[in-house]
Amino acid sequence: MKRAVGQISILIWKDLLTEVRTKDLFGGMFVFAVLTIVTFNFAFDLTGVNRAPSGSGALWVAFNFAGMLGLGRSIALERDRGSLDGLLLCPVDRGTIYLGKFVGNFLFITLVEVISVPIFAALFNINVFQLSLLLVLLLGTVGFAAVGTLLAVMAASTRSREVMLPVLMFPILLPVVIATVRATTLILTGQTADLGPWLNLLGAYDLLFLLIAYVVFERVVEE
Amino acid sequence: MAINRPRSARKSNGGMMLGLLAGVTLAIGLYLGLVYAPEDAVQGNAQRIFYIHVPMAWVAFLAFFVVFCAGIMFLWKRDPIWDQIARSSAEIGLVFTTLVLLTGSFWGRPIWGTWWTWDARLTTTLLLWFIYLSYFMLRAYAGERDRAARFSAVIGIIGFIDVPIIYMSVDWWRTLHPGPVFTSSGAAMPNSMLLAMLVCLLGFTLLYAYLMVLKFGIEQSKDKLLDYQYALAEREAEGAVTA
Repeated sequence: MKRAVGQISILIWKDLLTEVRTKDLFGGMFVFAVLTIVTFNFAFDLTGVNRAPSGSGALWVAFNFAGMLGLGRSIALERDRGSLDGLLLCPVDRGTIYLGKFVGNFLFITLVEVISVPIFAALFNINVFQLSLLLVLLLGTVGFAAVGTLLAVMAASTRSREVMLPVLMFPILLPVVIATVRATTLILTGQTADLGPWLNLLGAYDLLFLLIAYVVFERVVEE
Repeated sequence: MAINRPRSARKSNGGMMLGLLAGVTLAIGLYLGLVYAPEDAVQGNAQRIFYIHVPMAWVAFLAFFVVFCAGIMFLWKRDPIWDQIARSSAEIGLVFTTLVLLTGSFWGRPIWGTWWTWDARLTTTLLLWFIYLSYFMLRAYAGERDRAARFSAVIGIIGFIDVPIIYMSVDWWRTLHPGPVFTSSGAAMPNSMLLAMLVCLLGFTLLYAYLMVLKFGIEQSKDKLLDYQYALAEREAEGAVTA
């Protein structure tokens, strides 16, 4: 157990160090997320009275797109540099490698979200600074990264991987999209009392899919 | 080749019997549904599409359950036979899901006044359709046979487990977000309608079994053909080296 935690933290450290040195992921994801939010302003009127419900939708679509971009990129980089093969040769349990990649991806997406949310709030004059929103962001991103990491590894070893990842991810992630958008709308409109079922749904989804992905990852990467 | 012939002939005999049985049961079921059962008091004759719509939905879910089980067995045992079963069943499931969506729309137009509504059952079926469409896209893009089998087994497992969660989330989304919600008339059916429905259910299940036998045979032959092609290419390569 202690050993696995040590291995996971080394894997995360590797991802963070690579990112600090190459700056391949974060910048692109962040600009993309903010641009999506800005573009949504022209698709729906996000300045009107109804801006809270449409705003939460725009916010999560932006996070989904940016996250998808980041996931695809992060695994593609691993593959192109041959570092995924290197990882698989290490005397480390395959499930541990999955968890390491999962936490790495989770951190990057969360970072993008944490910086984009205040910008979103400033642009559309919506008060977002509530602790419950942080919880929704965390639970939603865990589910996204748990399923996304597994599917991105699969998509990366197919032809036309840029197409394959969203096609695989969007239908399977639908519960996360619904739950996060509804929960965020409830928070932005001040109905925090009804949050319970959505948080439970997200929590259950996260646990279930982390477990399944952890178990099947070994079968996905064996070549 | 000559040795194989009697075995495959016997196999197709069993399949023929199953097909014949499915055909006869479906014919009886359709007669019961279209002629014998009374016209629905509220929906009129449009209701009769239920006798094929509901059994096809049942076959679609049954097919994806088989994909799920075969996926687990494949990842566990690594026997290609499980993948052949999974991909046969997935294809039949995708065809039936398409038909379910279409027949549902045909019924919805006169009864609900709209082709489509974002109700939990409809949305879940649509998502199910997308998941198994991505299953086949993944297979097509995966390249190598073994990789395609492993990846699609994972999608078959995740996709099936996801279905009840999708249903639940869409259901809550609907109830918390009021709109034109429709519920199908769950009132007690007269016995003649129930009989027609049960015969049709049996008929479509037999049809699924028959299609499975056919499709499984095709998939096995495909794999065998690939093996021969590999062996031939290897032998040619060896010949080129020695020459």
